[in-house]
Amino acid sequence: MSPIMQAALTIVIGVGGCVGYFYLSNQILDRVLFPARGANAGRNINRANAIRPWLFLFPAIFALALYLAYPVFETLRLSLTDRSLGGAFVGLENYARMTDDPKFWEALRNNFLWLLIVPAASTAFGLLAAQLTDRIRWGNIAKSLIFMPMAISFVGAAVIFKLVYDARPEDVAQIGILNAVYLQLCGDSPITWLTVPFWNNIFLIIVLIWIQTGFAMVILSAALRGIPEETIEAAIVDGANPFQIFFKIKVPQIAGTIVVVWTTITIVVLKVFDIVFAMTNGQWETQVLANYMYDKLFRANDWGVGSAAAMVIMILVLPILVWNVYNARREMR
Amino acid sequence: MTDLKLSAVEKAYGKVKVLSDIDLEIKTGELVVFVGPSGCGKSTLLRMIAGLERITGGTLEIDGMRVNDMPPSQRGIAMVFQSYALYPHMSVYDNMAFSLRIAGQGKEAIDKAVRAVAEKLQLGSLLDRLPKELSGGQRQRVAIGRAIVRDPKVFLFDEPLSNLDAALRVATRLEIAQLKEAMPETTMIYVTHDQVEAMTLASRIVVLAGGGIAQVGAPLDLYERPNSTFVARFIGSPAMNLLSGEVVGTGKTTKIRADQGGGIITAAIPTQKGDEGMKVEIGIRPEDFVAAEGDDFAFEGRVGITEALGEVTLLYFDSKSSTGDDPVIAKLSGIHPSKLGQVLRLGAAPEKIHLFHKGISLLYRGDKVFLPNVAPH
Ligand SMILES: Nc1ncnc2c1ncn2[C@@H]1O[C@H](COP(=O)(O)OP(=O)(O)OP(=O)(O)O)[C@@H](O)[C@H]1O
Ligand SMILES: [Mg+2]
Repeated sequence: MSPIMQAALTIVIGVGGCVGYFYLSNQILDRVLFPARGANAGRNINRANAIRPWLFLFPAIFALALYLAYPVFETLRLSLTDRSLGGAFVGLENYARMTDDPKFWEALRNNFLWLLIVPAASTAFGLLAAQLTDRIRWGNIAKSLIFMPMAISFVGAAVIFKLVYDARPEDVAQIGILNAVYLQLCGDSPITWLTVPFWNNIFLIIVLIWIQTGFAMVILSAALRGIPEETIEAAIVDGANPFQIFFKIKVPQIAGTIVVVWTTITIVVLKVFDIVFAMTNGQWETQVLANYMYDKLFRANDWGVGSAAAMVIMILVLPILVWNVYNARREMR
Repeated sequence: MTDLKLSAVEKAYGKVKVLSDIDLEIKTGELVVFVGPSGCGKSTLLRMIAGLERITGGTLEIDGMRVNDMPPSQRGIAMVFQSYALYPHMSVYDNMAFSLRIAGQGKEAIDKAVRAVAEKLQLGSLLDRLPKELSGGQRQRVAIGRAIVRDPKVFLFDEPLSNLDAALRVATRLEIAQLKEAMPETTMIYVTHDQVEAMTLASRIVVLAGGGIAQVGAPLDLYERPNSTFVARFIGSPAMNLLSGEVVGTGKTTKIRADQGGGIITAAIPTQKGDEGMKVEIGIRPEDFVAAEGDDFAFEGRVGITEALGEVTLLYFDSKSSTGDDPVIAKLSGIHPSKLGQVLRLGAAPEKIHLFHKGISLLYRGDKVFLPNVAPH
């Protein structure tokens, strides 16, 4: 069977299964378990209504429990055992081995760099794009273009940018646009950008910024539209210029949304894996935590240290996640 | 000295003309109120004066200088918005200080100005609060304070009280009146739907309708000498009754025969020889009706609904006024012992009677009168 047929079949079965589940389970509840007829019709309706939310929530809760809650505990357990000793309990030894590994510290340091740059840059560019495209006629087209990278998978984006950063031997035409431009402007010989330590981190970071700017723009654009027009007019009458209106009136009014966008992107950054995996695989000092975890878990077959790295990522994400949800809820009120 | 002069001002959105031929002069220290039916362009006119809306035709002058293209902040105006438009992220103090900071004034000067205004508006204890921590009336005062701080020459209000409840509205209306008293040199332009606000606050009222100015004048002027049936019915509540009739005698006063009932009444309005036989509309305000003696009645009708309010009694008659749908209404003082179905004859003093011919008051014959092509209510 061709992959396209497989994909189509999967979609049909998946969506059909969902619809079928909701329809049939609802039918069973109303017709068989608590039918709204006979002596207890009223009581049955109340009972059915009390159960219905749980019925509909069940698939989600079940999937979350199986694929999210259970793995957390299992990972925690694995991080305290050693595979080579047949899964024996070794306490914090895996964590000790991990912190002795310079690659771990490199990953942590790089993650920190990503954390510093990506949320800030994406939010700033997104805000800029949202503001600039707000009032112009072709603004919506511009927005669609900026948003489009969101539709590309991280791996897809990584492949695109691998081509952008591509380097060919000196005497061959360059297909990487960066080298092509570089040679035109000032360079003598093409540079293999992804192997230049430190800067190669920045080149990877740019990919994620490219993807996340669209997300930030869409959310912030909606927030900007929500600002009462009269407060802006009041500021105009008060004599504020466009920059003052933007920074002193508009931005503070959407500060809550900016925080939500920022923290959401922060969480994405902490989990970043695909881009590094596909472009450098952590070589040339570009390792990040998620890729480090993958390396240990599936390449080195060391489930102990791999799970320990996973726990570190989770502990870093958790507080930001909590804060994010808290802020998002406050924004919705 | 801040005179405001609008000459042939016009506003068009694309091809749709919302306002045209607006000629208006406003003198320093006046409080001018714009009234008119919803959608007639009151806010638009105010916003054009503020500079928030482009003027598409004619000229706006402040102090004899054309300001059509001058940005709002340089026109010496301040505006109070209907929704207050306070900056939600700033404290009351910062809201009021914002314009001064933008203007680059020194910290101490700003502090002095803000505190002085806060004192005047009893906002002293609220300076550290955010707008969301204030009541509606307090927010309104902050909005006014924010406008005053700039020491504007012209104050613009767009329905500033419409978000307040009835009691607060009265209190704030009085505060605005006092404010005006305390700032005799400041010109104020005030947009409202509320007739009571217009009548009590205004030194002059501008009745806007159908894209033009129907009449400009002092409040009681408009009440006593409306230039058209539109203004006559727009000012005053319940609206003036219009009854059809015919001129039967001319001179210093005019004799008219009312079509409904057929009595002959006298109006203290001069007419010329030759006006006999002219079809007119007789305008009588509900509160001007009195019980008629003998045959000199303006109106005879059967009482439909009565509303006894104690101080006055409103009688709604079965007969319609000449506008078509509206019943004839009488507002008689005290408690009136009329019953459903009772036939009453009503008249009015000669000086309380208005006469209109083709919509224009006979008092304004020969003047240029703009007749809006819309219903007053
Ligand atoms: N941006 C716009 N484009 C087209 N027409 C507009 C626009 N803004 C206002 N109008 C029209 O201009 C007219 C005047 O509007 P305006 O807001 O000045 O009325 P208003 O007298 O203040 O009414 P209200 O008493 O309801 O506040 C309305 O008929 C409105 O439909
Ligand atoms: Mg308005």
